[in-house]
Amino acid sequence: MDYGNTDPLSRQPLVVDSRSADRPGMQEQSIATASDVLVSIRGLSFRRGDRLIFDDLNLDIRRGSVTAVMGPSGSGKTTLLKLITGQIHPDAGHIEVDGEDVHRLDKAGLYRLRRRMGMLFQSGALLTDLTVFENVAYPLREHTDLPPSLLRKLVLLKLEAVGLRGARDLLPNELSGGMARRVALARAIALDPLMILYDEPFTGQDPISMGMLVALIRQLNDAAGLTSILVSHDVRETASIADDLYVIAEGRIIAHGTPAELAADRSAWVRQFMDGLPDGPMHFHYPAPPLEADFRTRGAR
Amino acid sequence: MRFDSLARLGRVGLGALERLGRAHLLLVSIVLGVGEILRRPGLLWAQIFNIGVLSLLIVGVSGLFVGMVLGLQGYYVLAQFGAEQSLGVMVATSLVRELGPVVTALLVAGRAGSALTAEIGLMKATEQLSGLEMMAVDPIRRILTPRFFGGVLAMPLLAAIFSAVGVMGGYFVGVGLLGVDDGAFWSQMQSKVDFEEDLINGVVKSLVFGVVVTWIALFQGYDSAPTAEGVSRSTTRSVVHAALVVLGVDFVLTALMFGD
Repeated sequence: MDYGNTDPLSRQPLVVDSRSADRPGMQEQSIATASDVLVSIRGLSFRRGDRLIFDDLNLDIRRGSVTAVMGPSGSGKTTLLKLITGQIHPDAGHIEVDGEDVHRLDKAGLYRLRRRMGMLFQSGALLTDLTVFENVAYPLREHTDLPPSLLRKLVLLKLEAVGLRGARDLLPNELSGGMARRVALARAIALDPLMILYDEPFTGQDPISMGMLVALIRQLNDAAGLTSILVSHDVRETASIADDLYVIAEGRIIAHGTPAELAADRSAWVRQFMDGLPDGPMHFHYPAPPLEADFRTRGAR
Repeated sequence: MRFDSLARLGRVGLGALERLGRAHLLLVSIVLGVGEILRRPGLLWAQIFNIGVLSLLIVGVSGLFVGMVLGLQGYYVLAQFGAEQSLGVMVATSLVRELGPVVTALLVAGRAGSALTAEIGLMKATEQLSGLEMMAVDPIRRILTPRFFGGVLAMPLLAAIFSAVGVMGGYFVGVGLLGVDDGAFWSQMQSKVDFEEDLINGVVKSLVFGVVVTWIALFQGYDSAPTAEGVSRSTTRSVVHAALVVLGVDFVLTALMFGD
């Protein structure tokens, strides 16, 4: 898709499709029914120490869509994924996944729900003492009683989907960062989840791995009927595959829409983030007293 | 200003209490996960191998030298009273009651406890524990419980090996080198070392030390800050805390077991 045309790279053929504004149903989101919504976040507030990460956040994620949450570093994107998956608790508000209030579930209920979620961690989070094959087989061994021959076929199929069937006997420390993330992706889809959450999947990827991952996320979503939540600050790649984009900054949603809608959005917040402008309503500097005042203070660090 | 230091003291105290509370809650969760190792005993055997079998060399060699030193020192003291024939009793009682459980616990804290803390801490730092949680696998039951019971079961076995090798070391020095009578060495040991008072109490001690050392190691790893420095600090704390607690608990247990 053509996204803004502000970046010369955007003219290069990306592994992208042209699904955004022209996708059926995209414009009707505001009238989406409750059953269309897989993840519903209402009045979410979360604080880390004195710092307010989210303030009364409301957000919906539709079934079958690739929804991207974008924002500058430190805006709480990964925290949002941890909240959705029940790894941390909010200070206020609630999050429903497939009709279940995540933070009211007991441990068994939460684990039942997590069996229907896959999460791709930024680091891959592979078990370092297991081979690639064993890593992908791990959730299957834990939660199913499949006979070994069927389990092997399933694992090989998952590895084939991410192009790493040949790497099955390697250990995680023998993989590149991109390969490790693809193995983690194969593991995340091992149990055929309802939805999959990606935490900064494109960070540190070389262009080839990046293109592969971009295509893979979209293909997996469509082929397996998943719902994908993608957290990233890589604007171009994310916009190229997302159906729906949220931009968060300073604890709130500053923009929401299809990639085409956000590309056309003229608000200073959106333009600064989408075009990577150094100056704008979002500050590059962490809050601090003026430099002169800091210089004049003796004895302090 | 005066109140600042008081507030700091209060914060440190509350922090320590909070950690103690978290450690106990973790212990309860670990013990409640016992079903996991009943369902998959392979997990337990693997940890008994890691903690027990891989500690055999250091425990065996240490036991040998401790027994040899005991034989030597015991002989010098007992010979002053013409009681060198009682060397076997002295060596065996010292090892079974005290040195076997205590020194083994200190060695296991240094070799296996530090390794457990570093392993769990690194798993946390590299998000492997979070990854397990996201796969709906409870990391406490799957990772911590087998290690805990592996440590608890391995400790008395290692202490027994330490004591047995130590007795052989004492025998080698006392009978082999210093000329203590062979028959007196063994027969006095046989008649004076009591099964319940010495052996069973020694086993109970090493079981308690197994709980203490493994619990501290696992808690330090699970509670470590997910950074290189955090894991390093936790590993140091694991060994230091375990050593101090083992020595303190040993005094209490000795007073309870052998006091009148």
